[in-house]
Amino acid sequence: MGMTIAEKIIALAANVPEVKAGDIHTVNLDRMMSNDGTTHLTVDMYHNKLKHPRIADPKKMVFIVDHNVPSDSPKTAASQKKMRDFAREHQIDFWEGQGVCHQIMMEHYVCPGELIFGADSHTCTYGALGAFGTGVGCTDLLYGMVTGTSWVLVPETVKFKLTGKLPEGVYPRDLMLTIIGKIGANGVNYQVMEFCGDGAKTLSVNDRMVLCNLAVEAGAKTAIFEADEIALAYLEERGRKPKAVFKSDADAVYAGEYIFDLSKIQPVAARPDFVDDVVPVDDVCGVRIDEAFLGSCNNGRIDELRVGAAIVKGRKVSEHVRFLVVPASKEVYLQALEEGLIDIFMKSGAIVMNPNCSVCWGSCQGVIGENEVLISTGTRNFKGRAGHPSSKVYLGSAATVAASAVKGEICRADMM
Amino acid sequence: MEQFTGKVWKLGDDIDTDIIIPTEYLALKTIEDMKLYGFSPLRPELAAQIGVGDVIVAGKNFGCGSSREQAPEVIKALGIKCIVAKSFARIFFRNSINNGLLLIEQPDLYDDVEEGDRVTVTVNEEIDYKGKKYPIASLPENLVEILQAGGLVKAMRIQNGLGG
Repeated sequence: MGMTIAEKIIALAANVPEVKAGDIHTVNLDRMMSNDGTTHLTVDMYHNKLKHPRIADPKKMVFIVDHNVPSDSPKTAASQKKMRDFAREHQIDFWEGQGVCHQIMMEHYVCPGELIFGADSHTCTYGALGAFGTGVGCTDLLYGMVTGTSWVLVPETVKFKLTGKLPEGVYPRDLMLTIIGKIGANGVNYQVMEFCGDGAKTLSVNDRMVLCNLAVEAGAKTAIFEADEIALAYLEERGRKPKAVFKSDADAVYAGEYIFDLSKIQPVAARPDFVDDVVPVDDVCGVRIDEAFLGSCNNGRIDELRVGAAIVKGRKVSEHVRFLVVPASKEVYLQALEEGLIDIFMKSGAIVMNPNCSVCWGSCQGVIGENEVLISTGTRNFKGRAGHPSSKVYLGSAATVAASAVKGEICRADMM
Repeated sequence: MEQFTGKVWKLGDDIDTDIIIPTEYLALKTIEDMKLYGFSPLRPELAAQIGVGDVIVAGKNFGCGSSREQAPEVIKALGIKCIVAKSFARIFFRNSINNGLLLIEQPDLYDDVEEGDRVTVTVNEEIDYKGKKYPIASLPENLVEILQAGGLVKAMRIQNGLGG
């Protein structure tokens, strides 16, 4: 029987010739990533709950401080110190203040064919390079760190066939929010979203990251693209080689299939408090905002900064709006500086922040207050996600966010 | 098979991890500190009302969102014996099992049950509500081992000889 890309990656990691959906396998993990959201808990368990702790292979581990950067309280400083000290003691790769964890992983580590656990739900991003990345809690991470292995229930795969090309002014984020709106917040619960078709060929690795990153918002175990020439070129540019390049077999078994025509996608927004409450931007035009956020592991790359800068260039951010611009990594930040984008943002009145998760996770920068409204390129709009329980978060593309920041209310970029 | 009876707290669809434990409380020192704020964005009074041995019954996609393990830990610390839902988000499912918190998928109970009523759960067999039986599936063997050990860390200590 044929296998999908995800099944082939699991079979390789389990060292068996074949797997099928529903099987449970012990797998060797290629990499594990942990960030300051939970690493201090993993370290505590390592020290306090295991009698003879050891690390299977420190070279498989990456620790990244990205959630509260720089630390915003003695408590976060203490938990970050714990993480920093542990990484140094055990020769674990350690990054701090250099970018959002998934962006750093994509720029420096992820290779096609790898099976990667990350102690962060958006680890599914790595499918953009044909890797199987999935989010786990700190206990699963600890188990992987100590044994080098874990168990996986092989998920079913659902095919998402993309056709055509996105129209001008419409972005991968509009596409993915549209898909989530259609299939729902648990539309692919414990399944793999496999993106394929001619439309997939029109998308860069950055674009593919936008799609894969939000797969967990539809309940997916992960999302994946075939590592084609576009992915391999990205890898080669960064001096890395694939572990394995897989295609799905013609007779692979899929649990379902959706077809999305990219040329039909329009600018959309997700309304508070659910990522799958997706409507055309027109339906929420006129909603007064207090803050706008351009950044995150979903949408803080150079492509989105270019889009945002083009819109605010020569314009001023509305006087009642704080507009936070947060490049996803140092690499992105330096590129934006070189292209003059940071200059444009600063002159428009935006607040340009250091690379980190920022208000997307609602704990440090730009937290919003009672009844305030945020429009965001972040990952989630759950109740209270960005601050006070009564505050509201709308999700939209970089274009919609930048245009709304200027207008002071939600609007479409082409209405500017 | 293990059997227990518990009082029901009924929650809706898509109960996300930011509702279970909001980000601003994750910096608190212990789970005991955090549990006072469990479910606070949705029902601020709920954490104080939940008693040891109670059961949560919810709709679809319980636990969606972040991978924060404090979510199942807070629920366990509040005394919840098990969660019965139409479906669970997958990271939350793993995290719960890894912390020894029992989760049961059951499609019909949610539509019938009322908050404050009592249900009797027979693990891996059925749930009894007012005499009506709601069948439940058996958990896979490896998950039963983890649950019986009291969570993944304890199971690892047993499997790998890392100490008792």
